[in-house]
Amino acid sequence: MIVSVFPPARRRSNSIFLALCMGAALFGLVFLVLILISLLYNGIAGLSPAVFMEMTPPPGSAGGLLNAIYGSVVMTVIGVVIGTPIGMLAGTYMAEYGRYSKLSSVVRFLNDILLSAPSIIIGLFVYEILVAPMGHFSALAGAVALAIIVIPIVTRTTEDMLMLVPGPLREAATAMGLPRAHVITKVAYKAARAGLITGVLLAVARVSGETAPLLFTALNNQFFSSDLTGPMSSLPTVIFQFALSPYKDWQSLAWTGALLITATVLLLSIMARALGATRTPK
Amino acid sequence: MTLTDVMPATDDRVAATPKITVRDLKFFYGSTMSLKGISLALAPNRVTAFIGPSGCGKSTLLRVLNRMYDLYPNQRAEGEVLLDGENILKPDVDLNLLRSRVGMVFQKPTPFPMSIYENIAFGIRLYEKVSKSELDGRVEQALKGAALWPEVKDKLQTSGLGLSGGQQQRLCIARTIALSPEVILLDEPCSALDPISTARIEELIDELKSRFTFAIVTHNMQQAARVSDKTAFMYLGELIEFDDTRKIFTSPSVKQTQAYITGRFG
Repeated sequence: MIVSVFPPARRRSNSIFLALCMGAALFGLVFLVLILISLLYNGIAGLSPAVFMEMTPPPGSAGGLLNAIYGSVVMTVIGVVIGTPIGMLAGTYMAEYGRYSKLSSVVRFLNDILLSAPSIIIGLFVYEILVAPMGHFSALAGAVALAIIVIPIVTRTTEDMLMLVPGPLREAATAMGLPRAHVITKVAYKAARAGLITGVLLAVARVSGETAPLLFTALNNQFFSSDLTGPMSSLPTVIFQFALSPYKDWQSLAWTGALLITATVLLLSIMARALGATRTPK
Repeated sequence: MTLTDVMPATDDRVAATPKITVRDLKFFYGSTMSLKGISLALAPNRVTAFIGPSGCGKSTLLRVLNRMYDLYPNQRAEGEVLLDGENILKPDVDLNLLRSRVGMVFQKPTPFPMSIYENIAFGIRLYEKVSKSELDGRVEQALKGAALWPEVKDKLQTSGLGLSGGQQQRLCIARTIALSPEVILLDEPCSALDPISTARIEELIDELKSRFTFAIVTHNMQQAARVSDKTAFMYLGELIEFDDTRKIFTSPSVKQTQAYITGRFG
């Protein structure tokens, strides 16, 4: 028989610590599960084809979320299209060209601040630089606000992922006489591809749920609008408006919208996870 | 000025002009001097081995020959390294051109994350405009040159990362010779490989030396004895002895060399 070499007191403290850790993990999980259950319970009821085919209704009549879904997709796509290249280039600079430069540490520090900046501040900022001069709310301003949220996320993941590319691979490419730009685009990007895509997916997941920056920029729109220079609806702002209203049918639509966003974010996270798992083929 | 004025001929059989001449080379990592005035010459179409304990500067020396150290800050070289008589340490040297003339194979196999075919084709495309059929031919030729063709000819489009360690290393050699360099630097090319793969690489070096000039860093004394024509023994940043391999391994003239190759220090 194997007898533990540890005295009983030590084993006891080990069990207590283990119990505390598990308790804390469960505590967190319980809330997550509760949120998901209430979302499913309240959201599924309102889920119907009409949600994807009809506009947000006035109180008391039937309708859907088409204009909000459209607006969210449009602004998220534009935001990501603007933000991703800037973030990728900044991250590339820090991990490759400027790896040892002072500027990189400064940019990294500022980027980390931007990464954790409250999104409402970003909304206010874009309000000041775009909405106020233009004189009205616009989808474009909303997309720019989202882009500003995307940039630090993509910058960070790009830098991290490129830093993970093994040095010998870079040296091997350099040893073939490849110019720096080729080493980066043809070899380092390829080696880090899964990680880079993961970063963009996470950024999409993050901005698709943002409300505050849109309230100050794209505002909201009762009607379907594809005019980028005018106010545009989006899922988070509709949820915000409808959930606060006293009308039962609006509240139900808000639940459905919340379910849609959560499902999308979940899907993106799972995709990011799956890609992350295949990052290193060996 | 002829090169023999600078470098006393150490091997009378090699009368040809050296491919690479290193003259009073000093190398610094920050303020630490890790090569303390090395002078030697690499004969064309010969294999020169560099041996010595870890940290003696042999890899550093290799990384000067293709200016790999340029990738990193605070590393610099002083002295002269002449490739066909031209000093490659001059600041205006075209590094990409230099590295296409002086190829390198590393300790750990480093296939690029792309297909076997692309691993080789992509370097060729960078330097030359070639048609698809010519490219196919060049890829095949390089793979044959690296004795890898029979093993991969039916799976050229699969990832280079799926090959075994020894195959990956031969892929790296194929990739290097595809660019037709003049010199190939091998930095412990077999230290991550099993004995059979090692033997294949050594055979390969022997076959290829009619086309290229080789410099090989190795921790494996038998390997140095087997593959090289000349051996340089380095210790603490200095070149202790440089002579015909046969002489180094049978009757070295410096005591330290003898102690090292017989395993008594280092």
